[in-house]
Amino acid sequence: MIQTLRSLAGLIMGSSRDLAPIVLVVAFFQVVVIRQPLPNMVDTLVGLLLVMLGLGLFIRGLDMALFPVGEALAGAFARKGSVFWLLTFAFGLGFGTTVAEPALIAVSAEAAEVMSGAGAIAADQDSQEDFALALRYTVAVSVGTAIVIGVWRILKGWPIHWLIISGYLLVVGLTTVAPEEIVGIAYDSGGVTTSTITVPLVTALGVGLATVIRGRNPMIDGFGLIAFASLMPIIFVLIFGIVV
Amino acid sequence: MAGGWIETLATALIGTVLDVLPIVVILLVFQYPVLHQPIANLKRVAMGSIYVVAGLTLFLVGLERSLFPLGRVMAQQLTDPAFLADGPDDVIDWTDYYWVYLFAAAIGFATTIAEPSLIAVARKAKEVSGGAIGDWGLRIAVALGVSASIAVGSFRIVTGTPLYFYMIAGYAIVVLQTMLAPRMIVPLAYDSGGVTTSTVTVPLVTALGLGLASTVPGRSALLDGFGLIALASLFPMITVMGYAQISAWRGRQAARAPKPGAAGDTIKPAPAPAPDRMKRRK
Repeated sequence: MIQTLRSLAGLIMGSSRDLAPIVLVVAFFQVVVIRQPLPNMVDTLVGLLLVMLGLGLFIRGLDMALFPVGEALAGAFARKGSVFWLLTFAFGLGFGTTVAEPALIAVSAEAAEVMSGAGAIAADQDSQEDFALALRYTVAVSVGTAIVIGVWRILKGWPIHWLIISGYLLVVGLTTVAPEEIVGIAYDSGGVTTSTITVPLVTALGVGLATVIRGRNPMIDGFGLIAFASLMPIIFVLIFGIVV
Repeated sequence: MAGGWIETLATALIGTVLDVLPIVVILLVFQYPVLHQPIANLKRVAMGSIYVVAGLTLFLVGLERSLFPLGRVMAQQLTDPAFLADGPDDVIDWTDYYWVYLFAAAIGFATTIAEPSLIAVARKAKEVSGGAIGDWGLRIAVALGVSASIAVGSFRIVTGTPLYFYMIAGYAIVVLQTMLAPRMIVPLAYDSGGVTTSTVTVPLVTALGLGLASTVPGRSALLDGFGLIALASLFPMITVMGYAQISAWRGRQAARAPKPGAAGDTIKPAPAPAPDRMKRRK
């Protein structure tokens, strides 16, 4: 029990360094610029304590669950030796973690409003919902595809920069032809797909694969999956905007 | 009061569980029918998953009850024309927004340091590189990138210059650096573009962007509010590669003229000096 308490205190202390900058910034602007006392002192303090405890727990869980699971899966797929199942899993992981993402649901609903406001789709409830759902699936498929391409790259050992740079060139090109309203939505969708739980899992999977496959370097080949997962949705949503 | 807490807690817990559920389903489907393999250390993994869900829930609830409301109010007040004008007859131009730029830079840096997914990637990078890439070094490099991007993004909204100009200039720098930077940093640098815009940064930065876009005359919240996130995933690539370039350069300097502690404390100099030279010096 005492040990548990001590480790909890350790967790809070450990994450206090991570939170210190944000607390300092908010305090500074509150005192120097806004010059008003805090509206809810107690709420703020309790909230801060929860933030620190939560971050500490999350990091502990990272080392106990997310990292080992990602690495174990990479090892198991490598032993099984089936590229088909590995890629199916890669797609499932990308698609599954994205389609239910709350941030994505919020963004697609917002996007539907923008589009109907701009007159690109009909203003009634049904067509807005259809649009939001189609957008959600587009983004989820794009993230699934992104992880598949990223895993395929690790298997082949292709250098990442050619793929990413040509991807960004494609984004620049598509931006010039896509309808103006969709551009903002597309750029936003790249940011909302990589959730806090997906990132460690996908990173561990990539690094794990690069570790067990002979001739791959975990540093050079293992990282990069997240980069694909934030680039692909932009391309897919821009194309979606051009087609719809 | 207490009711508010419980409601926020419940909403956040449901959100996190919904976030985790599809992942658990996919893992189970592949673990048993496809890989025919039980999860190693099941008890530990289950405990860790509970930590992850509980931790994220507490983290989000705490932010929602402490820092987010303050940050949102600040973003609103700082962009308020009444606050910006020096006097009643003052015409506001882009130089009157200095508090906004400072706030943008500071909040971009601070939220990135607290970003859980960046902490995760930095830990992994430290482990994989055998400590050659320090986790704090990487996080500070990314945070400086986000900081610059939010400040530049605010300037862009205020002045109304087109987003693609900044994006294309940024991409050009990224391409150039990709050719020059140490090869092992490139994938990590690309990844760090994607992890910055997450749980902590997006809500505060969006509040700032919307505040600016709705108070600066001639801007539309829909068309101009978003550019901040796009820039925030571009600039960290530049700073992370820059961090590696500076470290490598200092490493070369240190190898040429060895001085204790000159190599920096986060990245070790890449090539060690030849052993015979070391001996001669002693």
